[in-house]
Order: sequence, then structure tokens, then C-alpha cells
Amino acid sequence: MEQAMNDTILLAHGSGGKLSHALVEKKFLPLLANPLLDKLDDSAVFEANGRLSFTTDSYVVDPIFFPGGDIGKLAVCGTVNDLSMSGAKPLYLSLSVIIEEGLLIADLERLVQSIKAAADEAQVDIITGDTKVVNQGQADKLFINTSGIGIIPAGIDISGANAKAGDRVILSGTIGDHGIAIMSQREGLRFETLLESDCAPLNKLVAQMVEACPNTHCLRDPTRGGLATTLNEFAQQSNVGIVIEEDKIPVKEGVRAACELLGFDPIHVANEGKLVTIVEPDDANKVLAQMKQNCYGRDAAIIGEVTNDYPGKVIMKTRLGPSRIIDMLSGELLPRIC
Amino acid sequence: MKFIDEYQNSELAKKLAQRIAGLSVRSIRLMEFCGGHTHAIMRYGIRQLLPETIEMKSGPGCPVCVTAIGDLDKAIALSHSPGVIITTFGDMMRVPGSYSSLQQARAEGANIRIVYSTMDALEIAKASPEKSVIFIGIGFETTAPTIAASIVKAEKEGIENFYVLSFLKLTPPVIEALLGLGEVKLDGIIGPGHVCVITGSHPYEFIAEKYGVAYVISGFEPLDILLSVDKLVQQIETGSPKVEIAYRRGVKPEGNRKALELMQQVFEIDGADWRGIGIVPQSGLKINKEYQHFDANDAFSGLLCSACTDRPAREPKGCRCGDVVRGAATPPECKLFRKACTPEKPVGPCMVSSEGACSAYYQYGFL
Repeated sequence: MEQAMNDTILLAHGSGGKLSHALVEKKFLPLLANPLLDKLDDSAVFEANGRLSFTTDSYVVDPIFFPGGDIGKLAVCGTVNDLSMSGAKPLYLSLSVIIEEGLLIADLERLVQSIKAAADEAQVDIITGDTKVVNQGQADKLFINTSGIGIIPAGIDISGANAKAGDRVILSGTIGDHGIAIMSQREGLRFETLLESDCAPLNKLVAQMVEACPNTHCLRDPTRGGLATTLNEFAQQSNVGIVIEEDKIPVKEGVRAACELLGFDPIHVANEGKLVTIVEPDDANKVLAQMKQNCYGRDAAIIGEVTNDYPGKVIMKTRLGPSRIIDMLSGELLPRIC
Repeated sequence: MKFIDEYQNSELAKKLAQRIAGLSVRSIRLMEFCGGHTHAIMRYGIRQLLPETIEMKSGPGCPVCVTAIGDLDKAIALSHSPGVIITTFGDMMRVPGSYSSLQQARAEGANIRIVYSTMDALEIAKASPEKSVIFIGIGFETTAPTIAASIVKAEKEGIENFYVLSFLKLTPPVIEALLGLGEVKLDGIIGPGHVCVITGSHPYEFIAEKYGVAYVISGFEPLDILLSVDKLVQQIETGSPKVEIAYRRGVKPEGNRKALELMQQVFEIDGADWRGIGIVPQSGLKINKEYQHFDANDAFSGLLCSACTDRPAREPKGCRCGDVVRGAATPPECKLFRKACTPEKPVGPCMVSSEGACSAYYQYGFL
């Protein structure tokens, strides 16, 4: 019994009493320490000047550990990336954890380490947080919510509504890595793959891009719903057409093979460390060159352009020549039956 | 990914398309039997590469689409009985039944789990010995062997709480039924590659012999499909319809003997109810006497019987999925298509399934 108490999270860890305090003090604070967090007041207090960006996201990925990352890394990178996509420099994050009783404490420790590593890489501090423990079955191992605040440099105006005819569309690298890596681990669908999730903080890549091109029109990370969904959002928000070329879109061989097998289109598969940007034609090569210098933009490519034709639609020139409309992902991605 | 690139080479595709255009004189109508082919054809824009002389129709080769609504109603009814876990392929969840759907039933508290293969359903049965675990067995000759294998495994391991509700269907009899109907006049059929990996090419010989219709078994890459169309056009133009395999890397004329034996061991041939077509004699697979104790139709016959007599099955109003699976209508000819019926709010199964024709037309609309 003594052993079990040390090994797994119990409901008592969420009671607000001694065990709760011990959990926070022993498992979270030592790794995530910073002057704002260490005060442990009810809210973190800080100064900020300028235009702020604020975002929140909840992370419920299953499995919580996957090739190339885990739910902790994802919770930091996801929110850092959402801030970055408005051109903001991420400053601070909050971290709320809902734990299902019975989670191995060793797993929690691994996740906090990975949260720390991701926050260190992105150079953001976690300055406030919360932990709750719920009965078995009320959560699936562990859910995380992170919110983030960032500051937008002067002169930056990035929005999905800014695309203009003639603009070029640039993708930062291969698509579908995260979705296929996760799917390869799902119960009942396990397949051997060397693929890893692309989960990564993109704030430094974005900082380099907007420094090179303050007039960046659109920026977004194609997470769930994939590249197709993000491009459709741009086309609809800006009321323009977007024409891309299938041949230009970088896709890893393993992702392509898995997609052929499962009957998916890589443009609908999720990413966690990629971005799409839309810039003026004269800026395109400059931005592309800048992106290629960052490890998360090495495989960046210009994949298409914005047009006044087909407003609100995304068109793809297929590998065989004909063009087709690319729709947002509808429903869930499910493998074909035969 | 060399093996995929080879079959997606745009230069070769153009050359093949040119050759087809040169060969094709008569106006002809071809049907791709399989929903996987419909999706590949739409996804790569293969119709745009073909000359106007060639009309393409989609066929009934989508397991979810051809599952009769009455059969789906039975699965939904079973899901509500206490102590039952329903296991199903994901696509089935969202198909509207006459009065509800599996998705709706799950929201109302039924224990329904999505699995990717029958073996997963068997694992669930092993892990929940106090429950009756029923697998909704849809599909063609492609899924039948794995379902048979799971039943044999359950027998071997003495798992007594695993059942299959078989709606399995066979392709040659339904092709014969469609040709016999004569509703859609066909000159040639693109044969389902994955199905023929199991069945081989022999069971399809009647198509050319009895009906004078060309039949070429095709793989699923764009060049596979173009090559099959090329062979079909050659057969039709020279007036020499026959069964041909254009998917040599997958299909042998005799099929997969082991898989066929496994099917024979567990199933017997029976009539089956097809959406849009009705009961086609000898077109379904029923679990045989020896393995009867795994047959959900048998074990839950009382429940199933009252389910079908309580409330009669009824097709959704205005939905033309039945016509679509027969090739008698294209999705845009349905008044609900893209309006009342979308992938988010599907009215019929052809819009739900990842192999459904309506879903392909919706996803891959061309300019």
C-alpha cells in the first residue's frame, strides 16, 4: 500500500491538502521554477507594454507518450505556436493539469521534464498553474490546458484575412508527420514506423521570418484538419482563391506510404511543428531563404499562390495534371475498410 | 516510396491517356465497381484525362453503402440491450438508420466501440468476459477472411462471449444482379483489385462469357486505373470482351487459397440484402452450423426479430444512395447532395463512408 501511494496519483493528491501541496512542490516547482511562479500567489503579476496576444488550448491526446513527443511537450509547443502565429513573441504560459487517479507518478515526472525542456527551448516561463485529480474514467490519464500571453512587435499585422491576389504561399516543411506518428500508436492500429511527431516550438522561426518580412500577410500552423483546412480558412477569411501544386508539397516517404495504406490524403493529416505563411511575391524568396536557415524550416517550399479566381476556394493541381478543389477535412479521419 | 511514385508518374499517365484517346472511337460506359477506385479516380482527376467517348459510373463496391438500412437497424437495436458491447468499423457509426444511428445510440448510453479490425473486437471480448461482444461484420471478400480467422481463433481459445453479426457480401453475384437488371447498360467494368486478391479472377468469367462485358481487375494507383481503362477500351473496340488482370502484382487467377479455405470453413453462402438492390440470392455469407454459437443472428434472434417487426425499416426521404450504388444516378443528381446532405450532416451512407461515391464527389469536386 505504501508502495502504491508512492507510485501512482491518488484522489487525495487533488484534495487541496498536504498531498496536493507536496505534489506541486515536489513534482512541478523544482523543474519549472522562476521568480514569478515561485511566489505561489493566487495569480501571477507582471508588467507588459505594447500589443498583447492571448490564447488558450486544451490537450487530450491519446496516447500521452508518442514517437517524437508527449502531451507535455505538445501542450507547451501548441500554445507557443498559437501565440507565434499572430507574430507575437511568447512570454508566459499557464499550466493546468487534470489527472486521472492511478496515473504513474513516474509518468507525471517524465511529462513535467518534457514541459520544462519545451519551455526552455521556446524561452517561455510557466508562471501560474493548477492541478486537479479526478476519479478513474472521468479523464483519460491526463489532460492539460495551457494559456499563453505574448507581445507583438510594432508594425506587425498578421491575419488570415490579409491574403491578396499574387501573394505566394510558403509551407515550412513536410506534412502529416504528427498525425501518422500518433495513429501508428493507436490501439488496434499499431503499425511499425520510424516516423516521429514534428511537435516543436516555432516562435524562433517566426521571429526570424517577421524580422525579414514585417509585412507578412498570413501565418498559421496547420494542426488538426491539416494543410487543407488552414488554406481553406485563409481563402475564406480573405475571400480569395488559393492554387497549390501537389508536387511542391513536401511529404515524407513514410507518411505517404501510411496514407496510401490507410486511404488518407496527407493534406488532411495533423501537424504540430509546421506553419504556412502568405507573403507578397517580392518577399517570397527572402522569407524562404530565412526559413531554410532554421532547423524547423529546413524543408520549406513555395507551394502555390493566391488568386482572385475561385474566391473562398483552394485548388490543387494534382500530380497527374488536372486540378481539383481541396476541401476542409470533414468528420474524422478513419481508415478505409477494404 | 519508389513503388508508389512509379504508379503516379505524370508523364506515363499522359502517354497512357493519349493512347486511350487514340484507341477510343465508340462511346462507351464503364463502371468502377469499387469505392476505393471512385476515390482514386476523383482524387487524381482521372476523368479529366479521359476522352469524352468514355463515361464512368460508380458501382456498389462500398461495404458501408450497400449495408441494408434494416440490417443497420438491427445493429442499433442490439446495441441497446444490456450487457452488450457493439464493436464496429468507424464509418458505420454515423450512418443514419431508419430511426437512429449507432452514434446516437452511443450518446444515449449504448456501449459501442470503434475497432480497426475484427481481432480488436476479439481482444475486447477477452478483456470483458462478463459482456457479450458483437462485431458488426460488414464488407466483401476482403474482410470476410479476417472475420473468419477471428471466429476460428475464438473457437480455439474457448472465447464464448464473442459474436459476429454477419452482413458480409460477395461481389460476383451482385455484379450478375446488376448486369441482369440491365438498368445501366455497361460496356466494361473496372474490377475491384483488393477483392480479387482473395477471389482471383475465375469467379468473374461469366461477365464476359454470359453478358459480353469487358472486365479488367485494377490496382488503386492512378496508372493502374489508366492501364485498366486502356485494356478495357482495347477489348471493347476489338469486340473481344474477357477477364483480364491489370493488377498482376496483387492478383493471381486462382486467388488466395488460404483465405478462401478459411472463408469456406466458417461461412456458408446465403442471400443478402443490399441497399438499393434488395435481396440478391447467394450473395451473402452466413456463419455455418459448426460455428453457429458465434452467430449473433442466432444468439440474439429474439431481440433481432422484435427489432424488425416493431418498426419497419424506411429509407431516408429523398436520399438516392440506392440509385448511386447501382450506377443509376451520380451523386450530383441527388437533390440532397451538398445541400441537405454533407459529410457533417450525412443523410445516406454514400456521404458517410470513406469509400462512398457521394463523399468522393463532395471531397474531390473538380473545376
